[in-house]
Amino acid sequence: MQDTIQIHVNGQAQTCDCDATVADLLQDLEIRTERVAVELNLEILDRAMFDQRLLKDGDRVEIMSFIGGGSF
Amino acid sequence: MADDRLIIAGREFKSRLWVGTGKYKDFAETKKAIEMSGADVVTVAVRRVNITDRSKENLLDYIDPKKYTILPNTAGCYTVEDAVRYSRLARAAGVSDVVKLEVLGDERTLFPDTAGLIEAAKILVKEGFIVLPYTNDDPIVAQKLVDVGCPAVMPLAAPIGSGLGIRNPYNLKIIMEMIKVPIIVDAGVGTASDAAFAMELGADAVLMNTAIAGAKDPIAMAEAMKYAVYAGRLAYKAGRIPRKLYAMASSPIEGML
Repeated sequence: MQDTIQIHVNGQAQTCDCDATVADLLQDLEIRTERVAVELNLEILDRAMFDQRLLKDGDRVEIMSFIGGGSF
Repeated sequence: MADDRLIIAGREFKSRLWVGTGKYKDFAETKKAIEMSGADVVTVAVRRVNITDRSKENLLDYIDPKKYTILPNTAGCYTVEDAVRYSRLARAAGVSDVVKLEVLGDERTLFPDTAGLIEAAKILVKEGFIVLPYTNDDPIVAQKLVDVGCPAVMPLAAPIGSGLGIRNPYNLKIIMEMIKVPIIVDAGVGTASDAAFAMELGADAVLMNTAIAGAKDPIAMAEAMKYAVYAGRLAYKAGRIPRKLYAMASSPIEGML
């Protein structure tokens, strides 16, 4: 079995350990979990699920946060 | 006017000036301008985290969500699906269940797609969101937004970022008279007198971004806007004199030689 998987994070290819969770990915990317939202294959994850959801090959992850903005 | 509080969906706001956080030089300037404006509601956009430049600071390190009501928007969304998706992401990111809902209809004018707006508002209200919709200066649409459960309506004064000021004061006035929820004039303000005018018409609050962030001196303009909104509100409550075509002397005739 392979040790790593290929996923897409915010549109960019990323390699992860095959037993990595969403929480592991955020930690790898040095992203603080407060005030981010994570969408895994179009499903918005509850923050409490970050350390339970395993990533699998081909997953598409979106990590969103707040930036400066008024109206568009 | 200490007791003149704005209340939306049971939440009380101190300031009738709400500000956006876009287009500033840096976060330090953003923070300073917001402090100077006295605003207690600040809008933010929802975007992808920069995963390549991890050193990047976060806006919310500067704007304390404990001190301000953070109002995420769905800026840049042109479809009902996108606006709903961004709203859900904003809520999942954990600052609040309030959203400034934008469903845009056209890139050049950034005018709202009001049919899409009503549809998206309906979906989000059902999901428990407090939906504050950015809409056109159309009283019928404003009423429909209230009917689907929006606790306030935010009609535009002029196109976003245009600085054209209050383009259609009569429609806004009709909205303010007809609609029984707070009206927040959003977008189009150019300078302090525009903000005062909106408040004099009877707006419950004014939301702006570019007029402050795009000014030569954003900090000074933030202060000007604070006083303009305050003065406009006072004037509205004081009740202006009627307009007359001819002069009416302020000094009595009696006692003249």
